[in-house]
Amino acid sequence: MGIKGMKKEEFRDNETLELLRESGTNVLLTTIDDVINWGRKNSLWPLTFATSCCGIEMMATGAPRHDFARFGMEVYRASPRQADVIVVAGTIVNKMAPVLKRLYDQMSEPKYVVAMGACAISGGPFFLNSYSVIKGVEHVIPVDVYVPGCPPRPEALLYGMLQLQRLIETESIKSRKRRNETHNSK
Amino acid sequence: MDKKQLGDFVKSLEPNAEVKEGKQYAEITIPPSGLHSLAKKLRESEEALFDYLISITGVDYGKELGATYHLNSTIHGHIIVIKVKTPDRENPVLDSVTDIWASAEFLEREVYDLLGIRFNNHPDLRRLFLDSSWGYPLRKDYVDDINIVTK
Amino acid sequence: MEEIVRDTIIGEQEEYVINMGPQHPSTHGVLRLVVSLKGEIVKNVQPHVGYIHRGIEKMCETITYPQIIHLTDRMDYFSANINNEAVALCVEKALEVEIPDRIKVIRTIVSELTRIQSHQLFWASFGMDLGGLTCFFYGLRDREKILDIFEETTGGRMINSYNCPGGLMYDIHPNFQKRTREFIKYFRKVLPEYDSILTGNVIFRERTAGIGHLSLQDAISFGITGPTGRASGFSCDIRKHEPYSAYDRVKFNEVLYNEGDTYHRYLARVEEMRESMNIIDQLIDNIPEGPFAVKMKPVIKLPEGEYFQRVETARGELDVFIISDGNKNPYRIKFRSPNFVNLGVLNHVSRDFKIADLVAISGSLDLVIPDIDR
Repeated sequence: MGIKGMKKEEFRDNETLELLRESGTNVLLTTIDDVINWGRKNSLWPLTFATSCCGIEMMATGAPRHDFARFGMEVYRASPRQADVIVVAGTIVNKMAPVLKRLYDQMSEPKYVVAMGACAISGGPFFLNSYSVIKGVEHVIPVDVYVPGCPPRPEALLYGMLQLQRLIETESIKSRKRRNETHNSK
Repeated sequence: MDKKQLGDFVKSLEPNAEVKEGKQYAEITIPPSGLHSLAKKLRESEEALFDYLISITGVDYGKELGATYHLNSTIHGHIIVIKVKTPDRENPVLDSVTDIWASAEFLEREVYDLLGIRFNNHPDLRRLFLDSSWGYPLRKDYVDDINIVTK
Repeated sequence: MEEIVRDTIIGEQEEYVINMGPQHPSTHGVLRLVVSLKGEIVKNVQPHVGYIHRGIEKMCETITYPQIIHLTDRMDYFSANINNEAVALCVEKALEVEIPDRIKVIRTIVSELTRIQSHQLFWASFGMDLGGLTCFFYGLRDREKILDIFEETTGGRMINSYNCPGGLMYDIHPNFQKRTREFIKYFRKVLPEYDSILTGNVIFRERTAGIGHLSLQDAISFGITGPTGRASGFSCDIRKHEPYSAYDRVKFNEVLYNEGDTYHRYLARVEEMRESMNIIDQLIDNIPEGPFAVKMKPVIKLPEGEYFQRVETARGELDVFIISDGNKNPYRIKFRSPNFVNLGVLNHVSRDFKIADLVAISGSLDLVIPDIDR
């Protein structure tokens, strides 16, 4: 039941990731890449950033029933300089957007962004006829993983974080090619 | 006091008030100049003793702008509704009741922010949710072509 | 030499302004507090809000009445069912629709479960704010049991648009009564354990007793309702003064204290959890039979006029004020939210306390920021 019982091989439902993974480089760099990626993906430290209801489901993911400490993510850092990943949980409004951009800029590389919930993906239930909601956090910062739901169940957020871990596994220190490297965010 | 008695009582305090008996509560419409004195009398008179201001709602009636005050008395238990309207849309001004009920400070700031009605003698009238260059969204003639879809 | 050194210590003689938030672990959302300090004593707190202002009231003028239910869920998300009940009751009052008993009883039971769930989260986050991380884990562990009950019946854990104009969206699940009874039995055993962790703890007492005193006159003048106001002696429970749904047929006490400090605001909520369990006990065994929804017209149009409905959420009094001009969209809808008015007292109550006490006071006011900004 749930993610606990799935074998790693059964998890392959994302062809692009598998392709990226199998087109490797030479042996020495591959081993160093593997070690570094293993270290990075198993200890992602999130930033405490929760604006509205999805923030509570994120807190519930850290609660005893669906624990994400077992994936290495329990250390929440309040300061962006010490965090690896920012989980944007909640609606982003015009007044909050410069704050979010400033937080993202203060994080140091490598940094990842997870857009959690319908509001962060595209404005959610406030898409139509709201004068101050930004329709998707993609307009402000580049996003790596989208987790749909309103609010997404804790298991869905865990699945999204595991997808992020698989994305990190495919990186290489030689050429850190991110999906949206050419994003110019204003 | 029930709806009828409240209506008569307010008429005795302020002769140019229009009293209407709504389905739930007695609704009083007064001109903006009489707001502060009526509010003070309602707070202090023994029969009424309205000491709890429930809410202030800013409304755009189309040609006029106004505010609706819901008042409650914790001792007697009755509720009354007071409405004020001002026909000036460029520079609407009402009197503030912050010196009578302290909860009016934030409630009036919200009305100023969303509708543009200024309040005299407010201790700290600033915009609350939006920044200073935004228009007044809750007005009916607020135009925003990008975000708001009008059918 | 010593005079020179003494005069250059900043913060002691002048006021020094710091900024807490909007991204801050202890502000329970995106609240920005600009605090002026003299040394460590707080002189002035100015809250800046609007970082989650989504314009719900303007949006509601373009959608129909059943669609408003889904937006009210997301205002104060810990009392989602009670917010839905407020809009549903206002529309039913305007249309003068008679609601059968079964719907009233189920609405009351679900509202009381929502209230317990909200106070559990208050207990968890208040303990965490003051440093006791154990409370976070215990509180959220038991809250999951209520969320399981909700998920089986309504489909959603926290955001469940269950009440709608005319009744309920679906009938209750066959397991609802059994699981609720089991939960009440379990929680009555566990609640004394919560008491013994925080209530008797000497560090907790020192940090909260006598801090942030709010007198009865100020509570009425500032309009503070909910457990915050009742801890100062303001009897403002709408369930007692203007009963709605099935509250007129159950017996329960209104929890009132006189002291009005942080410690009693905390105690008021723990006592309210017990009273909620008593209410559910009286109703859960005899849910009357009947339909779960009254047949309404496909397009709901309210007659012209103004309608006002007051309900008691977990944080205070929520009022829905609808001005209708006969169309299927409201002309103006206003939500008088309890958190917006409760925020007004933060400056008054935290004068001359230290900055660590400010965290305790704002935690005990139990603010949910999306409800302030709507």
